[in-house]
Order: sequence, then structure tokens, then C-alpha cells
Amino acid sequence: MRLGVLFSGGKDSAFACWKAMQKEEVVCLITIISRNPESYMFHTPNIRLAALQAESAGLPLLEMETEGEKETELLDLRGALLAARERFGIEGLVTGAILSVYQATRLQRVCYELGLWCFNPLWLADQDEYMEELLDAGFRVIITGVFASPFDESWLGREIDRRTLDELRMIARKHRITLTGEGGEFETFVIDAPFFSRRVAIGEGSKVYRNHNGVFRIERAGLAAR
Amino acid sequence: MISVIDLCYREDSLSREEFVTPIERLLRRSGREFNTRHYTAPDIEAADAAILCGTALMDTGFTKRPDLFCWLLEFERPVLGISSGMRALAAAFGAGVEPGCGIGMTEVEVLSPDPLFAGKERFSAYEVRGCAVRVPRGFMALAVSKECVQAIRHRSLPLYGLLFHPEVRNEWLIERFLGLADQWP
Repeated sequence: MRLGVLFSGGKDSAFACWKAMQKEEVVCLITIISRNPESYMFHTPNIRLAALQAESAGLPLLEMETEGEKETELLDLRGALLAARERFGIEGLVTGAILSVYQATRLQRVCYELGLWCFNPLWLADQDEYMEELLDAGFRVIITGVFASPFDESWLGREIDRRTLDELRMIARKHRITLTGEGGEFETFVIDAPFFSRRVAIGEGSKVYRNHNGVFRIERAGLAAR
Repeated sequence: MISVIDLCYREDSLSREEFVTPIERLLRRSGREFNTRHYTAPDIEAADAAILCGTALMDTGFTKRPDLFCWLLEFERPVLGISSGMRALAAAFGAGVEPGCGIGMTEVEVLSPDPLFAGKERFSAYEVRGCAVRVPRGFMALAVSKECVQAIRHRSLPLYGLLFHPEVRNEWLIERFLGLADQWP
């Protein structure tokens, strides 16, 4: 089955893409760029760098901009899926939804209206197992946004390696946040994945942080050999 | 031993982790033994109970092979059909579907007292269905939402169908079902 992946550049959509590649044919990545920083569905700080990840993955990227208003962004998603069907012949969409019924409901509806299959290979995943599997598979992931206590500025730009994962586990237990950041506590960016031909090398980044809310913006990046 | 039946479009499909793995995880957590088989090759001889898992909305391939679900007529042990699994259970007992798509959270109201729902009269549930399922002869409607029947049960056997997905926010229902299965002679 020819599938498009709703891709944000973060770990969940990248891992969902990897899972889909084991079973079906992924033919394109689809990125929704929201101009609204409050967007529930699509906002993420380094979304423009999805192009670099797509290049490394050897997949075409379909980018769609949206104002990010609550319901019109779904129309924009619909538009993106229609374009992906026309250009790449997709028969279904893959998403990285794990727990969010809000997100899953909207994606399922849009897909069903268009007669597209909807795959959520991380749906209800065990958070611990998922994070282990992610690192075991060779994904390299950095934290690009923190939006909850007790994350301080030092977390911005940090790679989630085994040691950081252990720290996240302790924080998740103590502060009742999700280990995967599914509750919006932190955001991630994938700098290397088993389906990338080269890694994303970050040349320059900047941090904006205040009161447990912060973003690591990648200002300059390129692809480099591993 | 619980027999978990995968109704997805093929064995070891991309949908498996979405519809089958969450059920397996619950069984593992509750310490139950289980084996999972695709619906095209069910292995129910040694099963004390069976759970028929859901499928993606577009995935209706299992409806083309009603012969593969005939075993349900003579199984006479506890069965839980989830979403597409309820559709397969109802179909085995001769009931079809009617139009009506429902995606998202819905309010479910329990109609008849039953140990599966005991103590719960109303609750929110997550549905992803492309149609509604009719109540087969010999079954009763146990619970409804505004739009359609959400739960059915055989009148004398513990054969249950849930149109919504209990593994999302209503795991207690699966635990209850396992408790009923334990008590079944």
C-alpha cells in the first residue's frame, strides 16, 4: 500500500514512518506548517527542517501552510492529503499519534472522508517500551522545546540518550508527565534515523527560555556523513 | 488461555500494533496466558475465551469471509468482540450493519443490568466505526449511544460485542470481561 506520513520532524512521526516502512511502501512525507503558535495539531518550532530530514530519507516532502485556526487547519490537512493522493498516489496516511484522542479523532475523520486508510502504529504504545525501541533502532533525537516544570534551559538541545532517558523516567514518575512528551511537556527533533542516508548536523542553534517554557531553534543545519 | 483474534487485512500488518498489541499488553499485565492468531487461521481448541480485535476504518476484508467466523456459533465460551470484532460476531449470528459513521468520544448509556457494566450507568467511550451493527437474533442490546447500539450480549451465553474501543480510556471493561471468563464453567 502506498502511504504518506504526517511528518513533523519529531520522534513520534519519524518512528511511525520507520514502522510503516517495515510493512508497507512509504512514498512521501507530509508536513503541515502552522503559523499559529497555539495550534493543537501541528505547531512545532523546527518544522522547516523537515525538508532536510526528507532529503536524507530520500523521500519527497509535501509542505502545506496553514493559518492554524482550530477547524480550518483540518481543511488545510485535507488539502494536503488530496495533493499527496494526486501527486504520489497515496492510499493511506501514517501518523505518530500515541494517546491523544483529540488528534486521532480529527485525523481519522479527514482520512475517512477521503477514503484513505489511517495508520497509527504507536497508538496506546507503552511509553517505556517505545522509548527503548526508539533508541535500540538507532534513532538520535534532541529536545527542541520544553513546556512543563521541572524542565530548565539545560534541556534545550540535549540529546535523548540512555542517561537522559533515565533522567526523563525519574522526572516522569515524580512530576506526572508522560515519558514520551505526548502531553506536550516537551518536543523533539530527529537528527538521525535508520532510514536516513546521512545525519542532520546542527551548525547553530538558539535558545529562548522563560519559566519552564522554552524552544531550541535550529538556525543552521546540514546533512553530514555519520 | 485467551485466544486473541487479529481481524486486520493481513497477518502481521501495519494495523496490528494499533488494534492487537494494546489488547495483548492488557492481557500480559493481568497475567493471562494468550495466543494470537489471524482470523484466517484461528486456533480456539484450547481457548477458555476469545477476544476479536478491531481493525482500521477502511479495513473490512474480514467481512468477505463469514465462513471463517462460523466457529463462533459453537464456541459457547466467553467472547469479546471489539468494534470490527463486534461486527464479525453479529455477522456470525446473522445480523448485518446499517449506515452510520462515528469517530471520536461518545456518551454510552447502559440499558440492561449486566455484570460487564455493573456499577456503571453512563460513561464516555472512543468509537471509530464506519457503520452501526444490528442486534442479532438471540442477542440483546446492552448499551447505546445517541446514534446506535454500542454493546450487545447473547441472551444465554457470555458472548459480548462492543462497538467502541474499550482499550481506549475504558480498560476496566476488558478486565471485567477477563474476570467473567475466569468464572465461566
